[in-house]
Amino acid sequence: MTPASRVAFERTRHCPTKMVHPRGASRKARSQTDAWSPVGDTVECLSTPRGNWQPQLIIALLSDIHGNLEALNACLKDAGECGATRYAFLGDFVGYGADPQKVVDIVARHAADGALIVKGNHDEAVEKTPLYMNESVRAVIGWTRDILSHDAKAFLASLPLCVRDGEMCFVHASAAAPERWDYIDSPAAAQRSIDAAQAAYTFSGHVHDQELYFQRGGGKTSLFRPARGTPVPVGRHRRWLALVGSVGQPRDNNPAAGYAQFDAEHEKIIFRRVPYDHLAAARKIRDAGLPASIAYRVEKGI
Amino acid sequence: MTLHPVTPEEQGSGAELEGFHLGPCIHSGAMGRIFRVSGPDRGFAMIMKVPRIGPGEDSEGLISFETESMILPALSGPHVPRFVAGGSLAKNPYLVVEWIDGESLEHVLKRLPLPADEIARIGAAIADALHSLHLQDTIHLDLKPANLILRNNGEVVLIDFGLAYHAHFPDLLAEEQRFAAGSAPYVSPEQVLGTRSDPRSDIFALGVVLYELATGELPFGSPETMAGLRDRLWRDPVPPSVRSPDLPSSLQEIILRCLEPNAEDRYQSAAHVAFDLRNPDQVALTARSSKASQAGVIEQARRWWRARGNRPGPSRLPKSQVGATPIIMVAVDTTNPEDERQPVLQRTTAQTLARSSEFRLICVSVIRRAPVAEHASDGESASGAYLEHLVRLRHWIEPLRLPARRLSLHVIEAANPENALLEFARSNHVDLIVLGAPHPAQLGLAWWRSVASRVTANAHCSVYVVRVPAD
Repeated sequence: MTPASRVAFERTRHCPTKMVHPRGASRKARSQTDAWSPVGDTVECLSTPRGNWQPQLIIALLSDIHGNLEALNACLKDAGECGATRYAFLGDFVGYGADPQKVVDIVARHAADGALIVKGNHDEAVEKTPLYMNESVRAVIGWTRDILSHDAKAFLASLPLCVRDGEMCFVHASAAAPERWDYIDSPAAAQRSIDAAQAAYTFSGHVHDQELYFQRGGGKTSLFRPARGTPVPVGRHRRWLALVGSVGQPRDNNPAAGYAQFDAEHEKIIFRRVPYDHLAAARKIRDAGLPASIAYRVEKGI
Repeated sequence: MTLHPVTPEEQGSGAELEGFHLGPCIHSGAMGRIFRVSGPDRGFAMIMKVPRIGPGEDSEGLISFETESMILPALSGPHVPRFVAGGSLAKNPYLVVEWIDGESLEHVLKRLPLPADEIARIGAAIADALHSLHLQDTIHLDLKPANLILRNNGEVVLIDFGLAYHAHFPDLLAEEQRFAAGSAPYVSPEQVLGTRSDPRSDIFALGVVLYELATGELPFGSPETMAGLRDRLWRDPVPPSVRSPDLPSSLQEIILRCLEPNAEDRYQSAAHVAFDLRNPDQVALTARSSKASQAGVIEQARRWWRARGNRPGPSRLPKSQVGATPIIMVAVDTTNPEDERQPVLQRTTAQTLARSSEFRLICVSVIRRAPVAEHASDGESASGAYLEHLVRLRHWIEPLRLPARRLSLHVIEAANPENALLEFARSNHVDLIVLGAPHPAQLGLAWWRSVASRVTANAHCSVYVVRVPAD
C-alpha cells in the first residue's frame, strides 16, 4: 500500500475552521448576550474578589435538601470523610420533607462558618406562595411556613439568588435569570446559564438529576451523564455547568441521596450517591400529616 | 486568541520544561511534536508530546491532545504507555508518557508474508490489549499498525489515544462532525456514521489489521471521500484467501467475522477473538471460511439496498459489553463420568449460561500425564487417551445443545491439574471457572489440599464451587 493511504482520514487538513480557543469563543458570545448579568448591582455577592482563587480545596456541593434531615446528615458525614473543607448549599432547603427547621438550622450554622449559600424556589415560596406550585406542594409550603421559626424565615429571605466566587458561580436554577427558576433541561438552557455566569464553573441544582454540561470549541454546549463515584477531569480552560443532584429527593428510581464534590486544585468533580435511612425520612413525612404521595416519592426515589 | 506557552519548538531541543530535559524531536506532524525527554528517573524511557497551539492551528489537534491527556492517566496495565506528567492545558500543555521500546506493526508489515501462526500470535496479542482496554471502559477508535507496538516479549501496546473514548469522561470529540472519524482504511462502519461509543468498532479495525497482515493489502482500500468510506457499510471485501491462497480457513473465518458491517454479526468481545486466534481448531467454521470470491453484482446491489439509511444498532459501553460476553470455563472430571457430582455440575453450568446470550463456554478436562515415558508406543496410547477424554467431554456437554460457536472442548495433559486449569483460565481471559467441590469420600482430605480449594485461592477470576446438596 502507498504511504499516502496511511494518512489519517480528515485528521490533517480537512478542517476549514481556524483554531478557536473555547474561552475566547465564549467571550465573544458573551458580548452578544444581553442577558441578566450576575456581576451587576442586583446580585448579592459573598464572593472574594477575582484573582483570590484558592486551590487545595474540596468543596461539597449540596442542593435540593427539601427538609430531609436524614439525607442531609448522611451527605455531610460522607463529605467530611472525603475531606471536604468547604461547603456550598444550592437552595431548596425546605419543601417536601418533615424537618425544615432542623435543616435550616444546620445550613445557617454552615453559613456562619463561611459556606456559600443561595436561595431556591421553595425557600422563596415560604415568603410568598407562587402560582405555579401544585396542591400538595402548596400544602407542604403552608405547613412549613407555620412551623419555621421567625429567625429561620428571616434567614431564608436574606439569601442571595446567585453567588460568585472566583472562577465559580453558584445558582439554584439558571444564571441567565435566577429569579425565573428555569430548568437546565437542555444543552441550550445550559449554554444560556454558562454564558451569563461568566465563570469556568457553574454549580446548580433545581433539576434533581446529576449531569455535567461542558462547552466545546465554538461555544456549543454538550451534555455528559457522569458515572457515580468516578472523578471527572474538568479543566478550567473550558466552561462547565454541573447539576449536583438532590440530597433530599432524588428522582431517578434510586432513593440514595445525591451530591457532588469539586476538587479545585486537581480540577476534578465527583458525583456521589449516599444511601441513608430513606424509609425513616418517609415515615416522618407521613407522621407529620403531609401528603402521602410525597412520602412515597422519597421511599422510591421517584 | 494566542496562547504563549514555553513551546519547545521555540526553544529547540536541549530546553527544559517543568523538570524534563528535552532530547531530540522524534516526530513532527499535523497534531503536534514528540520529543525524547529525560527527567526524574522513573526506570523507563520517556517522551513528551506537545500539541500545536496558536493562530492558524485548528482546534482538532488540541481537542485530541486534551482527550489523550484526560484518558491516559486513567489507564493502567502492560498494554498502554505509562502516564508520567501533564501540563495545564490553559498554560503549558504537554504530556510525558513512557516510551515503548519495541517494533511498530508498520515495520512488521514490511516483513510480509508472515506464516499463519505468526499472524495469529500477533493478532491474539492485539486482541489481548483491546480486551484490557475495554475492561477499563475505554475504546481506542484509531487502531492501525502505526498505533500498535510489539514488545520483545510478544505483548502489544496501544499508543495514541487522541481519538479514544472513555465512558467515565465527557466525550470532547462527540458531535465534532468535521473532525476525524478515525483513519480511513481502518475505521468501522458505525464510526463512519458518527457513533463513538461501540467497543466493537475496535474489533472491526482489528479485522482490517489482520487482513493486512494476511494479504499485504487493505480490505477497503484507502478512501478519501465520505462516499468511499461508506462503501464498507455494504461491500464485502475480497476474501483474504483469494489474495493469500495458503491462508487457513479458520483465519479467514476470524478475519471476515471481525469485518462484518453490522456490529451484531462480529465477535462481541476481543477476548473471544483472542481465544479463536489461539485455538484455531476450535473455530466454528461458517460459509465465511470457504468464501472464494466477493459477492456478485446482484448480491452487491442487494447488500447496498439493505444498507441504505442504515443506522448503527444499539451498543453497550465497553465494560458492560465485556460483562455481557463472558468466557466461562467448566472443569469436567472425565475420568469419573459416573460421579454423582456430574449432573449437579451440568445443571449449574446450564443455569450460569442462561444469564447471558453471548457467552463462550470452555469445557476442560485435565488428565494426568505420566511423568516418565515407559514404552515406545507411549505417544500412540497417550493420543488414544486424549481422544477418549475428548469424546467423553463432548458427551458430557451434549445435553446442553450448545451451538458450535459457543462451545470449545479441551483435554489438557498435565502433571498438576490446578496449575493447568489456572494457567489455561488466565491466558484465555476466562471470567468464571465452574468446578466441583471435593467428593464426600475425600473429606478426610484437608480442604486446602483439593484442586477446588487451590483453584479458588489462586484464580484471577470468580470461581463457582459446585457441591452435591447434603441430605
